[in-house]
Amino acid sequence: MDKIRTLIVDDSSVMRKIVERSLRQAGLELEKVLEAGNGAEALALLGNETVDLILCDINMPIMDGLEFVRTVSAQEKTKGVPVVMITTEGSESHVVQALTAGARGYIRKPFTPEQVRQHVLPVVGKKS
Amino acid sequence: MSIETSLAARSQEENWLPILELAVEEVFEIMLGSRVKPVSKDQHTLSTEFTAMVGLAGALCGILTFCCDRKTARELAKSMLGAEIADSEDQISDALGEICNMIAGNFKNKLASADGQCMLSVPTVIKGEEYTFYSLADGDHLETILLFENSPIGVSLQLHS
Repeated sequence: MDKIRTLIVDDSSVMRKIVERSLRQAGLELEKVLEAGNGAEALALLGNETVDLILCDINMPIMDGLEFVRTVSAQEKTKGVPVVMITTEGSESHVVQALTAGARGYIRKPFTPEQVRQHVLPVVGKKS
Repeated sequence: MSIETSLAARSQEENWLPILELAVEEVFEIMLGSRVKPVSKDQHTLSTEFTAMVGLAGALCGILTFCCDRKTARELAKSMLGAEIADSEDQISDALGEICNMIAGNFKNKLASADGQCMLSVPTVIKGEEYTFYSLADGDHLETILLFENSPIGVSLQLHS
């Protein structure tokens, strides 16, 4: 995989920009970056777009990240897309819930570009 | 002793201020590339032109607030976003809310018993100093002032007993 299309889901537009910057710093070449402010917006985008990677917060209004991941994992069109959570919720129970829901990685905020590299590159088929 | 009881008791018995200050320092160092250090409250006047707040619910109940003046808020947003920042008030508020959110999350993740038993609200940000803050939280109150590029920022945690 060379350039990837990614969807960043976070209710903070600032955090979406930081995540995008961290992905580039991690060495990913981004062909397209889609943004959504919550899970429902993200699902609507995925109805019309195809992406290779999703980065997702947990605490968001309207539809939180865990419900979003469950839905993505259940839908035929999106179930193969790797989802990595990026969240302030750092507890083991949240990690287990996210991985059980279908997430492929889990990054706790605050995070370094190196942590993004370690957790994201393997799920998109690149060496970290 | 339930988790709720033990955490409420711990907040009275233990000094959580260093943990809160460490949580703030880590967020600034990792996400903003800046070092902040706690300073004496007597030597600095704190502005509340921008106040961000995040609620905590569950085993640990209360509210965490983060405040600073307008100029500092703008500098914080620039530090987070780099040169690409659009200098809008919305983006500054968004940045402050996210800093507050990360401090709250980092703090609760450092308290072993709160891990997984405490939820955070989405952040709220108030602009302007003409308000009165009243919280029903009646427990321990932690408050610290730190210097960011010589400007004071205030972090406060008001807990339910």
